[in-house]
Amino acid sequence: MSDHSPDEPRIFPEGRKPGEMLFSLLLLLVAGALLAALPWQTTWLDGRGLAAQPRFWPALSLSGVILFAILHKLSRNKLDRTPGRWLEGLTWVRSLEFIGWYLVYVAAIPVIGYLLATVIFCTLLALRVGYRGKTLLWAALFGLGVVLVFKTAMNVKIPGGAIYEYAPEQLRYILLRYF
Amino acid sequence: METLLSSIDLIARWDVLVALLIGSIGGVLVGGMPGVGAAVAIAIVLPATFSLEPIVGLTLLLGIYGSSMFGGAIPAILVNTPGTPVNALTTYDGYPMTKRGEARRALSLAYSASFFGAIFSIAALMVLAPVLARIAPMFGAREIFLAALLGILLVVITHRGQVLAAAMLACVGIFLQTIGIESTAYTQRYTFGMGWLQSGIDLIVVVLGLFAISQALILFMDRDKKITLPNVEKVGFIAQMKDLWIYRRIATVGSAFGVICGMIPGVGEFMSQFMSYSYAQRTSKTPELFGKGNPEGIVASEAANNSVPAAAMIPLLALGIPGEELTAMMLAVFYVHNVIPGPQLFAGQMDFVLALYLCLLLLNIIVVVFLFFSTRTLMKAMTIPNRFLGMMILTFSLIGVYSLRNSLTDVAIAAGFGVFGFMLKRLDYPTSPIILGIVLGKLMEDKLRTAMARVRDPWDFIDRPIAFILFSMIVIALVLQAKTAWQGRKSNKAEKSVTQDA
Repeated sequence: MSDHSPDEPRIFPEGRKPGEMLFSLLLLLVAGALLAALPWQTTWLDGRGLAAQPRFWPALSLSGVILFAILHKLSRNKLDRTPGRWLEGLTWVRSLEFIGWYLVYVAAIPVIGYLLATVIFCTLLALRVGYRGKTLLWAALFGLGVVLVFKTAMNVKIPGGAIYEYAPEQLRYILLRYF
Repeated sequence: METLLSSIDLIARWDVLVALLIGSIGGVLVGGMPGVGAAVAIAIVLPATFSLEPIVGLTLLLGIYGSSMFGGAIPAILVNTPGTPVNALTTYDGYPMTKRGEARRALSLAYSASFFGAIFSIAALMVLAPVLARIAPMFGAREIFLAALLGILLVVITHRGQVLAAAMLACVGIFLQTIGIESTAYTQRYTFGMGWLQSGIDLIVVVLGLFAISQALILFMDRDKKITLPNVEKVGFIAQMKDLWIYRRIATVGSAFGVICGMIPGVGEFMSQFMSYSYAQRTSKTPELFGKGNPEGIVASEAANNSVPAAAMIPLLALGIPGEELTAMMLAVFYVHNVIPGPQLFAGQMDFVLALYLCLLLLNIIVVVFLFFSTRTLMKAMTIPNRFLGMMILTFSLIGVYSLRNSLTDVAIAAGFGVFGFMLKRLDYPTSPIILGIVLGKLMEDKLRTAMARVRDPWDFIDRPIAFILFSMIVIALVLQAKTAWQGRKSNKAEKSVTQDA
């Protein structure tokens, strides 16, 4: 096994981490299902060589995923297992919460506008991950800064919010164009 | 001389110089924040560069790429946490030096060795450029196919201890690029009748998910670390640079390793610094001090990793083959502007190539001067808490992915790849084989199809000198890998039987 202490950085990873087998199994299942779908998800063209067949590369790559996933699983079986497979799986699932936050943020932009959505997202996310007090203000200021740099100054292509329609006419253009 | 003047003309513009300044200083800053790194920063900035001219966009990306490793040495030396993964070996000797109260000397050595490595690499490539310009046109479809195959193979086998996982992930990347309507017979592949899959999966969306969103998730799940910054005293610029002279042999050999490894697709910084560090330890008068604060270790690893970026541009520019994920992202900028890297670019637009090298040279000068005078200010960037950084990355990543075409589908795909990348990072699996699989897979498919049209029997494929050399290199790489795997198996068995006997 490893000669390194757990805190010491390593250039090449060593040993077997919890969840490796679970990951290989999941990838194997997905690749297997995709390979089974090969006949109706790709086309075989008569009179063409193998390299010119639209089916060739998907078949080759999916077979590669399956082959290497099996070999990887077999080679990892020999290493000492670190317990915590299901806990690791749970961590993967827990990460979906932040993806949810992200998707709600994106969905909110066309409704409440980039400025409000960003400031609220940064502040609430900072609150969610445990920050309180002055850090929340920093988060809100960071959100404001991002909007001012990217949308106001650089004019990055992000849609305006539907609520801007309720603003007075002169202000509406500024809001749509810069915020 | 005419080419040189033309290249100076290309970069003597305010927008290129601003891109150079933002890229180089921004790169140092992101390198200095553990948990961000060049890949995350480039993934975020990449879509913004599409609206810029190729030379401006590439200068910005090159700035981040070339300077992040300089910045990455700061937390590696001061707080034992590499700013970018390629600074891992710097911690071995850098942090023990800090503990001894030699933080400033360790930092100065890292900066000067990095600077030396970068300049060595640029000089070597400027000398090599005319030769490469002559060789590049000899690369036809089959040679480019074989070079791309060699690139994929090397990316896989250089991931020691993860070869099978890397191979599996490279195949995932190759599969991903096949999704959508293929460009020759216009048949659909794995679209499942869904319109949003017909145009395929955008590389930028994958890159943002795999590098930026996944990193934000990693930071959210991590605890904030309490960082105590050590004292770094002030020393004169010349006095700091002079220290490197003592270790010039190691710096030169390390840089040469970097140039060679950078030029070979798929090898890159990890292998170069590993080889350089091993060489330095083997030839040192005090090998027992390696890992305990030997300045030679810092010089070896920093000179080697900083000489890679310039060299890695060679296969990208001359053959259109990126050697690692950062150059793969840069390739996207070329394609967006319809500038196709390859033999034609290298042979016909040498001034553009030279302009990029001049930018690299300038950025290294800017960075090293900036670092010598602002390290103490930069150290504050390390104190940004992890989860706050995660929030910042997630907010930035939206700009990249949503501004592409205001598509919620793109965001959802990027989020999906974010979770996938998060799983890979938690398992210590490499993400670069996926990106290279996508980029090189497309190249291999196109070139193999073109090449096979002229091939009557298998021997025809390798009957040209360069094709034969590349094929031989592939065979040698496979044989060496098989030998290494066999030896590893044997030594494992021997180790097990000794343990059982004991």
